[in-house]
Amino acid sequence: MAWFKRKSENIKTDEPKKGVTDGSWIKCDKCGELMHKKQWESNFYTCTKCGFHFKISSDEYIKILFDDDSFKEIDKKIKSVDPLGFTDTKPYKSRIEETIKKTGLYDAIKTGTGKINGDEVVFGCMDFAFIGGSMGSVVGEKISRAVDKAIKLKKPLILISSSGGARMMEGVVSLMQLAKTSSKLAKLDEEKIPYISILTNPTTGGASASFSMLGDFNIAEPDALIAFAGPRVVKQATGKDLPKGFQKSEFLLEKGFIDLIVERKDLKSKISQILNLIKN
Amino acid sequence: MALNILEFEKPVLELEKKIEEMRKMSDQLDISNEINKLESKINDLRKNIFENLTPWQIVQLARHPERPYTLDYIYLMTENFVELHGDRRFGDDKAIVGGFANLGDQSVMIIGQQKGRDTKSNLYRNFGMPNPEGYRKAYRLMKLAEKFNKPVITLIDTPGAYPGIEAEERGQAEAIAKNLFEMSKLQVPIIVVIIGEGASGGALGLGIGDRVLMLQYCWYSVISPESCSSILWRSWDFKEQAAEALKLTSQDLLRLKIIDRIIPEPEGGAHRDHKKSADILKGVLLEELQSVSKLKKDKLLDNRIKKFGEMGFFKD
Ligand SMILES: [Zn+2]
Repeated sequence: MAWFKRKSENIKTDEPKKGVTDGSWIKCDKCGELMHKKQWESNFYTCTKCGFHFKISSDEYIKILFDDDSFKEIDKKIKSVDPLGFTDTKPYKSRIEETIKKTGLYDAIKTGTGKINGDEVVFGCMDFAFIGGSMGSVVGEKISRAVDKAIKLKKPLILISSSGGARMMEGVVSLMQLAKTSSKLAKLDEEKIPYISILTNPTTGGASASFSMLGDFNIAEPDALIAFAGPRVVKQATGKDLPKGFQKSEFLLEKGFIDLIVERKDLKSKISQILNLIKN
Repeated sequence: MALNILEFEKPVLELEKKIEEMRKMSDQLDISNEINKLESKINDLRKNIFENLTPWQIVQLARHPERPYTLDYIYLMTENFVELHGDRRFGDDKAIVGGFANLGDQSVMIIGQQKGRDTKSNLYRNFGMPNPEGYRKAYRLMKLAEKFNKPVITLIDTPGAYPGIEAEERGQAEAIAKNLFEMSKLQVPIIVVIIGEGASGGALGLGIGDRVLMLQYCWYSVISPESCSSILWRSWDFKEQAAEALKLTSQDLLRLKIIDRIIPEPEGGAHRDHKKSADILKGVLLEELQSVSKLKKDKLLDNRIKKFGEMGFFKD
């Protein structure tokens, strides 16, 4: 079924933080609260009134989670090619080039190593701003190499998902990234190296049907959409009204698919707490 | 038959009908020459049509309502099939079937998605769209095969994992992810065959193996051409273009190194001759089983992870 849930919105790449009005004031997408940018940033990019978690970039997560200057990016310049010669309303190649220019990112995930309260980890964080955080060959390869790194260093792996699913423009090759990442994680599992998966808004389709759901610990941010088929697809397929809170973090916690919901401000300390509990 | 003829099949089928009529007359008349001529004309015509199929026409063949389905192949290829039911957690998903059977002189676990042939059986089989318990049943059966050291064969034929409310509640994503994870390290050989439609995660949920084979007129991609059209073109009308763009045919997949081998279908497609399709598939499976069974377990598993690890195209 469709991995991409929305039509045009997912493809636009310039609106990771919809509520940003101008330079200094931010409006909450959920409750409409106006906040000063400084206030919003120091509140971990969440609403000071209702707690709404804004979509943020990998750089912002790195700032939140890692000890000062400890993060070192790896495999930075791996870039997408166009295996299918894909053109829809525009060629995939130009879509890639435009998105790179617009976002300053090379693809939808940043990977590297760094320290979280002194503990070294291997880390990957997706960027929704890059073609809806879609998973193509580059995302698959960078996750795969991050797993190799974690095995080599014998350090825990942490992946933050923010993804609309597989990247349609790479067709079956993008589908195979589900297989690739999952089989690599199977290897990591055999090595008994911990893997913490952090699911943020949204984690759907190909991501959720592979690495995002395979954590030894599945942690979700509050109120994140986490799904296989997105709500629009489910509604269309079934013709039924969707239950309240359907496919949100709290719903998945209730149904047994995530271990815990952690607010962004507590993410760093919760990761440390877990890593300490399972240390040898 | 008449209800299920694809547009591009018509010219051949009309001539075939004509031959049948002529054969009936040939008791009285000597028209064997004419019949032979017409036969060779049909062969040329069929060859011409089938050598120039568009990706969209291949999608239609893959969905042909008279195409052999998983249980057809199981009954035609194997003996002593014992179907096993249920995931032991929630229920028995009718969209996935599986069990032990004899293929040639060995015992195998064979699992696949199952479509229905008419409205009633399609409702029973949920149109071959599994729920999470289907993937979990498949997983349970694979672990059983592992326990008794029997190879696994999966047959893929699905328009997708079911996008239902309950499917989401019961963890469709997790069920598929878990299969990808577990199949990667299953300690017995796995041979995957796409026998019809291979739609996205719902197909891949049975799709990790040591060898991935595909029947000639099948499709396998991340999304159906219709959904791709609706999302990228914002209209349902571009399914032909989407089918083209997605590179979803067996030829494309072989070139992209996603599959290892294309299995030929009888002339005119698998639906024209179930028995022959099954015989061809059986022959290939026996050959492939023999070659994967030669590998030591460690090597087999290393190769499997490496195989999927190498899939992808990028610039470093
Ligand atoms: Zn708010």
